[in-house]
Amino acid sequence: MNAKQSDKVATGVLYLMSGTIVAILALLLLYILWNGIPHISWHFLTAPAQSFEKGGGIGVQLFNSFYLLILSMLISTPISICAGIYLSEYAKPNRLTSIIRTSIEILSSLPSVVVGLFGFLVFAVQAGFGFSILSGALALTVFNLPLLTRNVEDSLQSVSFTQREAGLALGLSRWETVIHVILPEALPGIITGMILSAGRVFGEAAALIYTAGQSAPPLDFTNWNPFYIASPLNPMRPAETLAVHIWKINSEGIIPDAKAVSSGASAMLIIAVLLFNVLARYLGNKMYKKFTGV
Amino acid sequence: MKHIKLWLLAALSLFLLAGCQQQGAAITAVGSSALQPLVEAAGERYSAEHSGEFINVQGGGSGTGLSQIQSGAVDIGNSDLYAEEKKGIDAKKLVDHRVAVVGVVPIVNQAIPLDNLSMAQLRGIFSGQYTNWSQVGGPNIPIVIVNRASGSGTRVTFERWVMNNVPTKAAQEQDSTGMVRQIVATTPGAISYVAFPYVDKTVKTLKLDGVAPTDANVQTNKWVIWSYEHMYTKGAPKGLAKKFINYVMSDTVQQKIVTKLGYIAVNDMKVSRSLTGQVTKRAGQ
Amino acid sequence: MQQQDKIRESMLKPSQASKRERHGKILSFAAISLIVIVVVAIFVFVATRGIATFTVDKGNLWDFFTKTTWNPGQTDKSGHPLIGALPMIVGSFAVTLLSAVVATPFAIAAAIYMVEISPRRGYKILQPVIELLVGIPSVVYGFVGLSLIVPFVRTHFGGTGFGILAGTMVLFVMILPTVTSMSVDALRAVPRYYREASLALGATRWQTIYKVVLRAAVPGIMTAVIFGMSRAFGEALAVQMVIGNATLLPQNLVSPSSTLTSILTMGMGNSVMGSVSNNALWSLALLLLLMSLLFNILIHRISKKGALH
Repeated sequence: MNAKQSDKVATGVLYLMSGTIVAILALLLLYILWNGIPHISWHFLTAPAQSFEKGGGIGVQLFNSFYLLILSMLISTPISICAGIYLSEYAKPNRLTSIIRTSIEILSSLPSVVVGLFGFLVFAVQAGFGFSILSGALALTVFNLPLLTRNVEDSLQSVSFTQREAGLALGLSRWETVIHVILPEALPGIITGMILSAGRVFGEAAALIYTAGQSAPPLDFTNWNPFYIASPLNPMRPAETLAVHIWKINSEGIIPDAKAVSSGASAMLIIAVLLFNVLARYLGNKMYKKFTGV
Repeated sequence: MKHIKLWLLAALSLFLLAGCQQQGAAITAVGSSALQPLVEAAGERYSAEHSGEFINVQGGGSGTGLSQIQSGAVDIGNSDLYAEEKKGIDAKKLVDHRVAVVGVVPIVNQAIPLDNLSMAQLRGIFSGQYTNWSQVGGPNIPIVIVNRASGSGTRVTFERWVMNNVPTKAAQEQDSTGMVRQIVATTPGAISYVAFPYVDKTVKTLKLDGVAPTDANVQTNKWVIWSYEHMYTKGAPKGLAKKFINYVMSDTVQQKIVTKLGYIAVNDMKVSRSLTGQVTKRAGQ
Repeated sequence: MQQQDKIRESMLKPSQASKRERHGKILSFAAISLIVIVVVAIFVFVATRGIATFTVDKGNLWDFFTKTTWNPGQTDKSGHPLIGALPMIVGSFAVTLLSAVVATPFAIAAAIYMVEISPRRGYKILQPVIELLVGIPSVVYGFVGLSLIVPFVRTHFGGTGFGILAGTMVLFVMILPTVTSMSVDALRAVPRYYREASLALGATRWQTIYKVVLRAAVPGIMTAVIFGMSRAFGEALAVQMVIGNATLLPQNLVSPSSTLTSILTMGMGNSVMGSVSNNALWSLALLLLLMSLLFNILIHRISKKGALH
């Protein structure tokens, strides 16, 4: 077989394999959406869940998922950006750096169950936060940090070195160069990474079961004082998220319409992640344009 | 830079918020996932009747419930087992509140035409003595045993009253009743056991020695595979925990929620059974 | 004179920029230290409990790796708890390796398609789908696995359908998005002039991909595979639903077996903190941690050797 033929064969194989992946993934998505969308209604999206009767909704869980996501992003984004900057710009290739890198990799491969139990004992029990959004957000941060940090580092690394030289030549310090030149340039990459990890956070259940808890007390949506116990904004209340809810009603739920609720909730979860992706992509492009003045 | 500072500030302020006292009263009940729906339903109703008072209910398993109440991290520990039955728990420090009774019933795949087994046959199946349904009078289908996770309340109850110290054969294990039911419903030749509230028409229940798994038979101890559902407190219950446990024991909850969920109200029992298995007629019956 | 002093002073004093530089450096170092501290804390936390099985509860380390009876609540004749974890160890390795072996070629093919062959279509179709799939909770994967894959395996391969094969199939789909998107990053990071140079030498597209781009991207792809494998190794909820969770050595690909994580998650809620059963579960967690450490080190070695530079 000559080079041209093998080129053709290889291309064909590549098309076939990519096609298979798309087919598998599309089938999976369609299966979930097909089963779930018929159950989604305005009532389903806003009503509180029922513990043993028919007709419960996922309103509180939906809100909790978003609130928890925002909170954990709020905590993990600055940390991971700083950590990523350190790894990309300051770290020298020595022992310390390789220890740091190894520990980040270990953290990223930790089973989420272990993270959840660690979070339970440290945040919920030791620190006294109890089963709360705060404990959950901190556990998710632990879970989220390695991937985000790596992503920030990779995005920063992919910015051309000439940009750094240009910044330094203008008399900026290294830190200023990073903040004003490199970071804006790397922003779209960072945003993409954030979307990916936001998706992970949104669908995470095992790390939250023991930290944010599995109960969703009804919320009083008229009282937004974060100190009031039933306020949606109170970070100290237990908060079952959508993913945890799916897990719970599937495993121990005795509501008669468990199957309908769980497929509806799964579909909703995917739709939420989809909306989130679209929004973040749009924002990423906007920010890129603004910061780089293109 | 500005953004980072802003973020840090926001994160910091949340931590500060966290330290502050919050308004309203709440207690946390943790443990048995079988008991969770009941306590949750009771808690919802309680909060609706008493504004500003909240009951947070978490699952996690009886083991979690007992170890958390023992360490004092929560207000109520829910368990399917007596604290004495769990290793590592000092039961003397805990106060038991028996809030409901639940029966456990063997279930099989719909395609198995049997509807009665003797206790010895059931024991033989789970100990691995019988491996095909034809050995107990059924069709020629291999028996697929599905167990609950070791240490789970349902399994402990089942092993105590059925297995009679005969070790269970190592087989598939599932963490939750929902999964067990689904697997039994879809796997040919499958057998397992679930609590009464989880029985639905996707699976088939079995009589044992001719006794049907009904609430009435549990109440007279004719159907022996049952257990109490416990809510444990560390020392005598205080404050909201006390009010809530009283509420759960009240007729409103016992007659409306407990029975509706498929559990049996403690007051409806004709007999009572102690930790050691001693059965006595209940006074006043 | 005064003027000169001022200039002198401003020259000697650290400039605003260098001050900021120092602050920035401290800030970024603090962030990275925080991560390392968390890792160390988790490690210590898991290790103290995991080791207690062998020190406090008199478990036998050799039994742990070679025996097949897992019943930590009970002891054998000589008083050691029954902690034979071999079935779970075998199960974990089997599903992880098999799913990685199946997923890697697919992931690389998709990545090549997205980067080298049809970037526009890849970006428009594959990328969003892949990002979406990362967001599907493992519970949902598990239930799709239970309702589609398990019956499929049962009718086509025999057995009850629960087992390593079903676990592998679920994990294959689960790690595919992660491995693919990271392989894409790895291929994108290969400088454009590598491709240009190769094409200029008269190489075909496939030759360029195979002999230049892929070789240059080996370390990145290896990292992608590590992440995929560690996700597979650590995945709990989905695998637990389809593998059967029987602490038996797998007889074949369709006999019910178990993984470290499935036994870990199942047992955690049903055991009491500090008891033998609980500590034994933490030993499994410790093993999980050590394994992922080993994976990382191993593959780093390989990727260093395979790199083009």
